[in-house]
Amino acid sequence: MGRKEKKSTLEVHPQFSKNLITILMIAVLYGVVAYLVYSGNASRQLSNMLISISAYIVMAVSLNLVVGLLGELSLGHAGFVSVGLFSGCLVSIATVNVLPIAARLPLSMLVGGLVAAIFGLLIGLPALRLKGDYLAIVTLACGEIIKNIITNLDITGGALGLDTGAIYSNTKTLLPFAIILVFITTIVMMNLKNSKHGRAIMAIRDNRIAAESTGINVTYFKLTVFILSAFFAGAAGVLYGHSFANIKPSAFDYNMSIEILVIVVLGGMGSVRGSIIAAIVLQVLPEALREFSDYRMLVYSVLLIVIMLLNASPKFAELKGRWSLGNLIRHLRKNKGQEAADHE
Amino acid sequence: MIHFVQTLISGLSLGSIYALIALGYTMVYGIAKMLNFAHGDIIMVGAYAGIVAVFQMALPGYAAILLSIVVCALLGVLIERLAYKPLRQAPPLTVLITAIGVSYLLQNLALLVFGSEQKAFPTIFNLPTIELGPISIDGITLATLLVTATIMVLLTLFINKTKLGKAMRAVSEDKEAAGLMGISTNRTITITFAIGSALAAVASIFYGAAYVYIKPTTGSMPGIKAFTAAVFGGIGSIPGAMLGGILLGVIEQLSKTYVSTLWSDAIVFAVLVIVLVVKPTGLLGKQISEKV
Amino acid sequence: MSKIQPSPLVEYPSKAMIPERDLDAVPVLETHHLGIDFGGLTAVDDFSLTVGKTEIAGLIGPNGAGKTTVFNLLTNVYQPTRGSIMINGFSSAGKSTAQVNRLGIARTFQNIRLFSNMSVIDNVKVGMHNSTKESLLAALTHSFGYGKAERIATERAMELLAFLGLENMAGAVSGSLPYGAQRRLEIVRALATNPRILLLDEPAAGMNPSETQELMENIRNIRDTFGIAILLIEHDMSLVMGICEGICVLNYGKIIAKGTPDAIRANPTVIEAYLGKRGGKTNAEG
Repeated sequence: MGRKEKKSTLEVHPQFSKNLITILMIAVLYGVVAYLVYSGNASRQLSNMLISISAYIVMAVSLNLVVGLLGELSLGHAGFVSVGLFSGCLVSIATVNVLPIAARLPLSMLVGGLVAAIFGLLIGLPALRLKGDYLAIVTLACGEIIKNIITNLDITGGALGLDTGAIYSNTKTLLPFAIILVFITTIVMMNLKNSKHGRAIMAIRDNRIAAESTGINVTYFKLTVFILSAFFAGAAGVLYGHSFANIKPSAFDYNMSIEILVIVVLGGMGSVRGSIIAAIVLQVLPEALREFSDYRMLVYSVLLIVIMLLNASPKFAELKGRWSLGNLIRHLRKNKGQEAADHE
Repeated sequence: MIHFVQTLISGLSLGSIYALIALGYTMVYGIAKMLNFAHGDIIMVGAYAGIVAVFQMALPGYAAILLSIVVCALLGVLIERLAYKPLRQAPPLTVLITAIGVSYLLQNLALLVFGSEQKAFPTIFNLPTIELGPISIDGITLATLLVTATIMVLLTLFINKTKLGKAMRAVSEDKEAAGLMGISTNRTITITFAIGSALAAVASIFYGAAYVYIKPTTGSMPGIKAFTAAVFGGIGSIPGAMLGGILLGVIEQLSKTYVSTLWSDAIVFAVLVIVLVVKPTGLLGKQISEKV
Repeated sequence: MSKIQPSPLVEYPSKAMIPERDLDAVPVLETHHLGIDFGGLTAVDDFSLTVGKTEIAGLIGPNGAGKTTVFNLLTNVYQPTRGSIMINGFSSAGKSTAQVNRLGIARTFQNIRLFSNMSVIDNVKVGMHNSTKESLLAALTHSFGYGKAERIATERAMELLAFLGLENMAGAVSGSLPYGAQRRLEIVRALATNPRILLLDEPAAGMNPSETQELMENIRNIRDTFGIAILLIEHDMSLVMGICEGICVLNYGKIIAKGTPDAIRANPTVIEAYLGKRGGKTNAEG
């Protein structure tokens, strides 16, 4: 009787164990990485990539909120990163001699996140009336407008970019902040998914009209999603900016937005863990393919096409299903159950 | 005033190029229900085909144009068969990402074959500058306008009067019903891609003639702007693509001349956002009301 | 054209979950001369209806009569061109669909509209959205009352699912449910929004006679237990005549008859609307 009850509650709350696995995964990965970095055993290549990978993880997880949870296509995410980056880094530069990095960096990330969040609201508002491809185009347009404006501002250094030499920090210094940001973003996103608000957002994705008829204020949730998503993207941007000596606004265009979108789609829409893994893989892959040097991007694009084609084929889906982590756990649990039954 | 008219004409010319590309986007979207993100890069391929034809194969101008059109049409069909056809039943986002992959692939192949330094597009036409009173119109500009206008008229007639055009309209309305009526959806979609890509090739000729320098990334921004124009005019609507493309070109040119080249992109995109907020399905877009 | 009376069948207070009912208070739904035009087409016109607090009422009519349009008007999916709607005495004019739901009216759809990628229990929990006390902060941090709110929501959702026999499928993905179960889930979700009146759009569509029987019992059960009114659109006459206490007949967007089942059955205008004139003679005369 006891086991039957446990089974049904677990069926209703399988999310908790899934989320725990994700947290453990990040903890292990960063644990290993931190050990390598601080003991001096990390290769130059690895050390250089770490902050960038961390930033992309946060960018992907935050975009997944819009694309995976709300179900809308956003092609302007780089704009939020950019806005956060420049505002946060300016604050950091202004306080570089006044605050120790332990206070300066979190403050800058907060400012960057908030400024990006404001833009999230600004872009979310026109997005309210639009659907599908029209929404996508508006987000793309807004991303380009942001890029254009920042390129023309003197305070951000114009087209030549912002000189961040004063606040540039190496991986050893930035790693703790990266770890904290990744953890916070992941936990907040997973928490949101398993909450009343998360359910409302997914309901809007699955059937907007039914969601409205069930008393859900679609406007409020669409805006909330854009604001939250933008906040974390902005904070990630600030972190990213501190790992470079010079940042050009032209890098944060629709190409970068698409790069992040590819990560989200490959990782699985709505899957926080998937976004993390995909972000790591897609940042590491071009580096790993360095031997192919000239052919590197070619191989990358072919891989992308092949993976999407595979994803869509029913045979592959069947294979994926049989070998998924969830099935593995269920299989193990069944065997344990068999053993217990045999002993009774 | 003269300056304004000249700017307007340049804008119409630029807009025509956008319109030609936008037509390809909108036709494929309307019929295959997918956003072919790689479409912009087909222009780049067309331009390189022209360069190869003239400089390496020593073909005369008209043969080069023909070669470019054929290459692009074949490329469009090839991409459709290999990368998009298997994904007919897949969710739209999957197809979009695949299209992005194809786009990167084309750019990187071009990079490998032609290198990253810009190459000059051959002078295929030696057209004189026309003087209409105080206004002087560049020969290329005029040719772009005339040819594009002709193509649009022909395309509209084709869609509305021919059997194949009717088939294309049927498939865009309801793929299954069209299939049940005996229309080969595969053939129709393939032909759509071929026509769309051929139009892109024509656009590439005029683009090359007007802007001269071609790089592997040349197709990217015009592709994005044309995509914007197609949605602006109402995605899936052929007149919408024409209107959207031309308006976008005019707005861009006016901004470049009367405001600043630094702000022209922001202005163009801002206009787009404003229009879509007022008219959420684009200028000529159909209001697809959901059945509740 | 008799006014529909509140049903005398339910004794007050019944085993209702929501106790504060008062038979002398305002009717749960009242529309006055409701109408809507789509461009040049008048889809619904002069629609005046009253539904009593614990009434089971039926809205019938030939295909294309405008029945679902009426439902869309009642829930403000369409904004009426003319006329007014009062839900529990409150006007719904100018309100959004979500706000109208909060006034106390919930519905199901002709073509099932479930949140198909979400689990069965999550569908119900979405229905309970407005009664779940969980702030955004609580949601993001999983504290500040999150645990309690979720626990209450899960308990209540399971209770509601058990009411229509769906508790064993709580964790299943709702899109994978068999058709009949999906229909029942839609009803449970609507009930979860705590409505005063439930609108059911063709609940018996695609059901065989025994399933329809079960549905009839379920509907009566819902009314008796929750103490709410139910207005249903149906084509299945056995269901309509079997459980409706009052029936309203629509044709070409206008009400052609209102009354008890017996009165409607014998009404010549109704018969003509469904069957057409048969050489001048109708059943009532023949």
